[in-house]
Amino acid sequence: MHIVILGNGVAGATAARFIRKLSDHDITMISAETDHFFSRTALMYIYMGHMRYQETKPYEDWFWDKNRINLKRSYVERVHFDAKTLHLQTGEEVAYDKLLLAVGSKPNKFGWPGQDLEGVGGLYSFQDLQYMEAYSEGLERAVIVGGGLIGIEMAEMFHSRHIPVTFLVRENSFWDMVLPPEESEMVNRQIRQNGIDLRLNTELQEIVDDGNGRVCAVITKDGERVECGYVGLTPGVHPNIAFLKDTDLETEKGILTDEYLRSNLADVYAAGDCAQLRNPPAGRRPIEAVWYVGRMMGETVAYNMCDQPVAYQPGIWFNSAKFFDLEYQVYGTVLADPPDEHTSLFWEHPEGNRSVRLVYHRDTGVILGFNLMGVRYRHEVCERWIKQEASVETVLQNLKLANFDPELFREYEAEILQQYQQQTGTSLSIKKERSWKEVFSFLHR
Amino acid sequence: MSLAHAAPPFTDTWQKIAVAVGGTGLLILFVAGFGALPGKQSLFLGLALLLMTVGTAGYAWRAYLTTSAGIKNNGAFFSSLTNRGLSGWMAGIVLTGFYVLLYFYPNYLGLGRDGAMNTGLIALFDPLSQMLKGQPASEWFVYGTLYTLAILIFGVKFILKYRHNRYQVVRTFSVMFFQLGFAFLLPEILLRLNYPYNDFKNMWPLNYYFFHDWNINQMLDSGAVGMFMLVFGVVLIFIISPALTYFYGKRWYCSWVCGCGGLAETAGDPFRHLSDKSLKAWRIERWLVHGVLVFVVIMTIGVLYSYFSAEGGNLLLSRTFLVWFVTGLLAAGGAWVLFDKKRFHNIDPRAKWLSLGIGVLIIVLMLSSHYGGGSSEQVFFLNTGNLRSWYGFLIGAIFSGVIGVGFYPLLGNRVWCRFGCPMAAILGLQQRFFSRFRITTNGGQCISCGNCSTYCEMGIDVRWYAQRGQNIVRASCVGCGICAAVCPRGVLRLENGSIDINDRTSELRTLQVTEKG
Repeated sequence: MHIVILGNGVAGATAARFIRKLSDHDITMISAETDHFFSRTALMYIYMGHMRYQETKPYEDWFWDKNRINLKRSYVERVHFDAKTLHLQTGEEVAYDKLLLAVGSKPNKFGWPGQDLEGVGGLYSFQDLQYMEAYSEGLERAVIVGGGLIGIEMAEMFHSRHIPVTFLVRENSFWDMVLPPEESEMVNRQIRQNGIDLRLNTELQEIVDDGNGRVCAVITKDGERVECGYVGLTPGVHPNIAFLKDTDLETEKGILTDEYLRSNLADVYAAGDCAQLRNPPAGRRPIEAVWYVGRMMGETVAYNMCDQPVAYQPGIWFNSAKFFDLEYQVYGTVLADPPDEHTSLFWEHPEGNRSVRLVYHRDTGVILGFNLMGVRYRHEVCERWIKQEASVETVLQNLKLANFDPELFREYEAEILQQYQQQTGTSLSIKKERSWKEVFSFLHR
Repeated sequence: MSLAHAAPPFTDTWQKIAVAVGGTGLLILFVAGFGALPGKQSLFLGLALLLMTVGTAGYAWRAYLTTSAGIKNNGAFFSSLTNRGLSGWMAGIVLTGFYVLLYFYPNYLGLGRDGAMNTGLIALFDPLSQMLKGQPASEWFVYGTLYTLAILIFGVKFILKYRHNRYQVVRTFSVMFFQLGFAFLLPEILLRLNYPYNDFKNMWPLNYYFFHDWNINQMLDSGAVGMFMLVFGVVLIFIISPALTYFYGKRWYCSWVCGCGGLAETAGDPFRHLSDKSLKAWRIERWLVHGVLVFVVIMTIGVLYSYFSAEGGNLLLSRTFLVWFVTGLLAAGGAWVLFDKKRFHNIDPRAKWLSLGIGVLIIVLMLSSHYGGGSSEQVFFLNTGNLRSWYGFLIGAIFSGVIGVGFYPLLGNRVWCRFGCPMAAILGLQQRFFSRFRITTNGGQCISCGNCSTYCEMGIDVRWYAQRGQNIVRASCVGCGICAAVCPRGVLRLENGSIDINDRTSELRTLQVTEKG
């Protein structure tokens, strides 16, 4: 059987690896982007000079050959689902028995005047990075539109090259549809401390042509004009499925799949950014364009394509990011605009660069989520507490088990507990010290 | 109108001045090397050391204290010096050349031979040497001074760079302390007090001459202090070091105490990303570093064999005792590997049989030459004197010195530690099979970005493990903690624990499906 995987991102590459583990099928992975799988999340580090492209490849080049995964660098123009063939840009036809669509995303553009000018770009693909690089030489100011994770990455990238940045964010505060107000404010400070001209509550009106088809400025909805040589558009991404329109494949925003990641067509599957779950698990969105989701779906879809049906179960939500020097981790349910029954204990370091938030149920005290800024917590421990529906007081007394900061770092769990006691008038004590033995015992109990 | 620069690393005016200041200090050393300084050595020496210190500190101040604390690797792959560009190659050639002069032609550095006065660079260090130990400087004194200075000033730079990370700060103070106190000052003071030169932390087999006849004799001739050095040295090898490695991994030595490690971690830090991460490099590493270990073991047995008397009034100092002691050690080790299945369950069978074979070969050759009536000075049918001088030349000088430091800008800062150091090899075996140390990964948080692998000076492909959510137990890991520091998602943590000591790497954390099935 010939399995063809369209896209060599984390979803496609993970699927290929697991299909190989599970079967002896022929595997072909096709991508127009790069010859080999690389870490998309590391694109920024190439620009900043922390790594080169070759360092971002998670596997050495011989790996694919050794695992009999054929790599093909080509652009697929059309998929003939009836004939089970792919039509490549080169004119070549590739036949498949089963097809995985792991085609990722495209940066959003919302119809702004001038959005297709020269010097306007998003940041998703390797080509986007090359484009950004090409316009960086001699650049005197960049404007970034869209206050999400890619926007702030782009700001950090330009900042590393001493290129001044104006950062237009539509919301009242950075990423405030995801981060609670205190954390969001902490990121605002981080952005400003790095000398970025952060404009909150500011929307883009139009991008101005310099007369030669190239960007020379933007105009905001307030009518303000900002001169710039580059505009980064980072208001999110959408599934890269334009080439699949007008086929029998059912799509909405993304490729519609069931929980086995099967599309409506036999032998056609989708995973990663481009998949849209018809019935997402409780509390999850139908499309989650996140590295981890790509990896989890890639593994799951491999089983399904190898006739070992496994429903996609992403488990407790987790994510992470880094905002300049500020690390962020989240486990479980932490909402920017929580319902009344959610309450939280929020501890912040006086220096304003570390915080821990424990979200729990107001009435039952059951722990719901962890939000960490500048402090590292252990994924499995937090996940286990959430799954066990542990009470916030149990969590607080054992909180050191979750601490994942390096040795010799200051530990703040006692302060966090103290704050809880002051707020609630309870009297609790730390029960467990941070140690691998305790963690191991807890996790394998 | 200001034009944006193409790429980092950027240097501001202060940094350019700092480079000029430090460069002037270096220039004084060069001029002294050509014998062109007009007397007043102490003044020029003081000036040179001061200028280099001020220059480095000034550079680091502008590089790190003018920005927020955090990971500062911007432009590591853009800079000519740190990306094998022209500056990198030039630095490599200059360093290599210095080591060649130092080891093989110290007379060109101004060493006065046969009672002649020092000249040039070495004469410049005479006043400091006189002050510390009442003797004129040797080439090794010059080297030791510059080496220590490098660890101190680049240690300060490193501390400023990682000031947000207490593990890095404390660790760096530790290597600075051990270099200044144990490797530099204490031995010179001992000399001044007419005791043998001794660096207490420099353990066999890194200190390959510890068991050489002249060294043992020197210690035996120095009364209680000498005897303490001998006993401490042996206790360090057989008790203190295995115990500390059991509790903390080899990092207690390699990245907290050792001088080679100290230089690599401080002056060598800007080159850490140049280490080769390929599987091929790992294969070469294992053959080389364990080959050197076998070499040093055979050489040392040979040297001790020659040292001990053939008959011997004292049983503990007889050749017969030596050969049976070594036989016993190797046999015990072999039996352990064969029968402790729990501990050695995931060892590559080829590696197991190869090392057992080498052990058997050593025993057979040693016993047959001892009892077969070979020449009285030979064990393994080899000339001990030759073995010893070849080791000193190939490993002591060429590998650890010329290549070990000279190639920092080309192959990374741990070339010697990774490919050549027999001490690292022994500690590595202990770490792999008999230690509570490992690097744990944080669930599924890895994004495979590659920062950990890139900045691993030992060339470990950390990401390979991190993205599978597998704990990392590698013989070569020196526990510097930089992988955990550069990780943008908080995925790696250095950790000790005995609870799962034989299964430190068995769990995979990122699996979605199998953990349920």
